[in-house]
Amino acid sequence: MIIDILSWILLLGGGLLGIIGGIGMHWFPDVYSRQHAAGTTDTLCAMLILLGLALQAGFSLVTFKLALIFIFLLFTNPTASHALANAAMQGGLRPQLERTAGGDNP
Amino acid sequence: MYTAVSLAILVSLGLVLARALLGPTVYDRIAAVNMFGTKTVLLIAVLAFSSGRTDLLDIALVYALINFTGVVAVMRLVTYGSFHSSRKADTKSVTADKG
Amino acid sequence: MIEVFIDIILLSFIAVTAVAILRMTNLFAIIMLFGIFSFLSASLFAVMDAVDVAFTEAAVGAGISTVLMLATIALTKTQKEKVSVSHRHWLPLSVVIVTGAVLVYGTLDLPAFGDPEAPAQTHVAPYYIDKAVEETGLPNMVTSVLASYRGFDTLGEVVVVFTAGVAVLLLLGGKHRISDTGTNEIEKNEHSLILRVVAKFLIPLIIVFALYVQFHGDFGPGGGFQAGVILSAAIILYTLVFGLDAAERVIPPSILRILASLGVLIYTGVGIVTILLGGNYLNYSVLGDSKVAGQHLGILLVELGVGIAVFAVLLVIFLTFAGRGRP
Repeated sequence: MIIDILSWILLLGGGLLGIIGGIGMHWFPDVYSRQHAAGTTDTLCAMLILLGLALQAGFSLVTFKLALIFIFLLFTNPTASHALANAAMQGGLRPQLERTAGGDNP
Repeated sequence: MYTAVSLAILVSLGLVLARALLGPTVYDRIAAVNMFGTKTVLLIAVLAFSSGRTDLLDIALVYALINFTGVVAVMRLVTYGSFHSSRKADTKSVTADKG
Repeated sequence: MIEVFIDIILLSFIAVTAVAILRMTNLFAIIMLFGIFSFLSASLFAVMDAVDVAFTEAAVGAGISTVLMLATIALTKTQKEKVSVSHRHWLPLSVVIVTGAVLVYGTLDLPAFGDPEAPAQTHVAPYYIDKAVEETGLPNMVTSVLASYRGFDTLGEVVVVFTAGVAVLLLLGGKHRISDTGTNEIEKNEHSLILRVVAKFLIPLIIVFALYVQFHGDFGPGGGFQAGVILSAAIILYTLVFGLDAAERVIPPSILRILASLGVLIYTGVGIVTILLGGNYLNYSVLGDSKVAGQHLGILLVELGVGIAVFAVLLVIFLTFAGRGRP
């Protein structure tokens, strides 16, 4: 019972973070801040949802697969974010450091 | 409850899709595709539980692995202009993106 | 109920993506959207319970096709030419509308989607559902249909894949040097350090997972085709992170060509062996002591052939594209 409630909380938290990340991708003015919003929420969202599902599944092969997905996402997501920001920097895109009027398009 | 979670994921998929469509730079699109991939993995995992078909998890696993290859390929091409050279390319042609 | 709802949302996302792809001129952005399109269609397949199809879409759409399209773009240019059209569109429009109307009229004769009385559901499908597990001993019916009942079709598909590889080699291939000395410049690039470390950790896992998919295809979703794609994705990731020369030192293109032929050879060879043992072409029942054992062995071998062929051909195509135009 407690495990059920816990897993629902985790799942809902994950879903909420997903939406927040989606909003964040529109909220911020330049590539880097958007990437920040997307990357951080994305990883945590995945962790919460997968953990919630694992609590539902109990201890089985399913949990093992969930753990594998968890590990892959844990490694690939931040790496992709890092490589992306790096590529954007090398591509000559500068972060927007000051708030400018109507600075939605860099 | 699975319904609520999958709806939440679908909403965020919609937002990310909008970002991929709007751009404006190619990096926004790459980030959007990457995030879209993660969200798809999660959606399939949740669907696997809500429908009780746990072999769907294999698909989620494939996506988690393969999506990374795709994203790395995109960034490599954006940065170097080709898959064989290691010199920095003139990226103006890619970044100046008015889709 | 909820699945219908998810279906509708995913379908409308697909429609939006498709229209956006049509309207865009930046080919790079279009490839990104193709990736999203693939994610959406795989989710749709998953919702509709077509696990093996979703698996294939997941393996091919997200990684390989994106990479191959990017490799093509690298050889051409990233912007679609703006075509200025001065004449009226009415003629083509009416041709399209008439053709579309004829096609729609044609679909009226088809049985409704999911109709239990449709010929496909009343002739072979019940037979497969009733007999497949019993006759082949495999829990995954899709694999037994793919590799045994419809073995000829799959052979055709493998030959098509092989032909594609041969065609790419004929068009773009050619001799080039492989530098076996000298360090790669990419390896020195400090920016990709994190990428290199993570790739080193991921690539073995991808390979192990590909083997799991290859040999677990009898029991769950997957099989030779998906395994070949995933395995080639692992090597492509290696190529992307460590450079083309390093990858060609790991797997020389000459070996890849042999492997591609070997895969097709295994498949056709199994057929020849079944003839020699007194059966029909690709009738695996004669391979083992019992019919079921023979079927099992035959399907395993055939899937292996498919896996090897697909892996080698995809890699040949990618390496040929990527190596084009280097000094």
